[in-house]
Amino acid sequence: MFEIFGIPSSALFGQLLIGLINGSFYALLSLGLAVIFGMLNIINFTHGAQYMLGAFAAFLLLQLTGINYWLALIVAPIIVGIIGIVIERVFLQWLYKLDHLYGLLLTFGLALIIEGVTRNYYGSAGLPYQVPEALQGGRNLGFMFLPNYRAWVVAFSLVVCFGTWFVIERTKLGAYLRAATENPTLVRAFGINVPRMITLTYGFGVGLAALAGVMAAPIYNVSPQMGSELIIVVFAVVVIGGMGSIMGAILTGFGLGVVEGLTKVFFPEASNTVIFVIMAIVLLVRPAGLFGRRA
Amino acid sequence: MEGVIAQATEKTTAAVRNWGEPVGFVVMLAALVVAPFFVYPLFLMQALCFALFASAFNLLIGYVGLLSFGHALYFGWASYITAYVAKTWGLTPELAILTGVLAAGVLGLVAGSLAIRRQGIYFAMVTLALAQMMYFFALQAKFTGGEDGIQGVPRGKLFGLISLASSEAMYIFVVAVFLAAFLLIYRIIHSPFGEVLKAIRENEARAISLGYKTERYKLAAFVLSAGLAGLAGGTKAIVMQIASLTDVNWPMSGEVVLMTLVGGLGTIFGPAVGAFIIVTMQFSLAQIGEWVSVIQGGIFVTCVLLFRRGVVGEIAHLLRIRL
Repeated sequence: MFEIFGIPSSALFGQLLIGLINGSFYALLSLGLAVIFGMLNIINFTHGAQYMLGAFAAFLLLQLTGINYWLALIVAPIIVGIIGIVIERVFLQWLYKLDHLYGLLLTFGLALIIEGVTRNYYGSAGLPYQVPEALQGGRNLGFMFLPNYRAWVVAFSLVVCFGTWFVIERTKLGAYLRAATENPTLVRAFGINVPRMITLTYGFGVGLAALAGVMAAPIYNVSPQMGSELIIVVFAVVVIGGMGSIMGAILTGFGLGVVEGLTKVFFPEASNTVIFVIMAIVLLVRPAGLFGRRA
Repeated sequence: MEGVIAQATEKTTAAVRNWGEPVGFVVMLAALVVAPFFVYPLFLMQALCFALFASAFNLLIGYVGLLSFGHALYFGWASYITAYVAKTWGLTPELAILTGVLAAGVLGLVAGSLAIRRQGIYFAMVTLALAQMMYFFALQAKFTGGEDGIQGVPRGKLFGLISLASSEAMYIFVVAVFLAAFLLIYRIIHSPFGEVLKAIRENEARAISLGYKTERYKLAAFVLSAGLAGLAGGTKAIVMQIASLTDVNWPMSGEVVLMTLVGGLGTIFGPAVGAFIIVTMQFSLAQIGEWVSVIQGGIFVTCVLLFRRGVVGEIAHLLRIRL
């Protein structure tokens, strides 16, 4: 181990890794927000609560049915995605013709309900979730100690992010999706069931949030308020990146995670606020966001 | 954006009779005179502070169509500044509150000039994020007392002469502050300036093409709203004799949205009525703890889906008057 600017390399790279992990959650969540906003014209305030539900689903699956982490990685997003589809059918579908702000208010209300109910049953204290056996331990890279699980989270998030990018930007399904975002009436006239696409898009975006939640469970404790703390930061990430581009959302998410991690090393007092400060600067310099198109 | 909030409010047509506002005002005055004989005064004063807070918030969402999701920033920081200067510098309450209002106005100027650079849904996200940033500053700054807040704020003597220690004096002071701010908001809405704000709400592009520098109007409205929210926060700090993190955190921003939505967006009396409904609910349901937030969430959902006019907006619609 050695030192950089008087900081031990293990501390520097350790925080960088945490930055990458947070960055992958930012990327997964802002990706979902962007896809949902494109199709539904709603900013999904429930996104943080759905991330939390993903973590809780993994926790409960293990506690009640003994389903392990690897299965939970698939099952939990599906469960939460189905809950999302029900939410879209019961609540959100009535709002598409109204002003954006009603969507924000309704999903904010849903977030309060989900978080409040969870807190009533499980309290505010975090519940522990074990790192899966295959990923316990770690290896010494010479300049830092790399826990296996954390390396897995970063790698798997990257795969999911780029998989999503590929599906949306390079496949026929993605082309339908982009076309329906641009002009739903026309796409419908071509015989594509746009309302069903909207429903499934919401389920998919919510599933991504839940997937991030499952991955977060072994790193952070599973707690009811884990989502509301995150969602406000993710909003800032979305403002910085702009919601126009999938790749933009991924890059902004990871980039800001890294910046936040580095701030924790060099100027810890500002680590909570650095992303908001960057947002303010971006608003001054490039009001449309780094990857946004001018409205 | 254009015209959508107008669906929730009453259109000003020739058919709309205008006896609503004077009658509403008389009813409100009567209620303020009679209420302290029946209701616990501290509760009333707190509810009045929230009524003022919600009315200030409504100036933005109801009349300019801008949803600020970070109004706790101005409410909470004004209450910290007021509490600090009243306790540490020993300023009289009116000067302490004025300091809080100025601080909120300056914060509103900074946050507002950033937020108006983006439209629609981004505006809400920017205001929320900036408020969260200032929440972390409040958490870390020395003078705010962190988790403890600033406690034991003296009510002091108004103008250095009249002690506000008794509930009666304090109540009269709070009512005076509330009425003055309420009339100011009423005046703003019905001034030529207010008409331009409504034009921006209905169709910003058209307002621009008519030659109005809409950004300046939006910023001016934002600063006014922030300052008035600060007036509510500062007054609350003097009344409750405490400034704490609760008032500056994001759930407070959500609560003021809820109050305004329940009462009626874009109605003059709605936010005050909504504030009394929500504060009453919180008081009477205090013993069920966390379920309060579940119920609040439920009210949000119900209001958005079924009840977008709010209580006062519904009444105004039924009677075909303006309230």
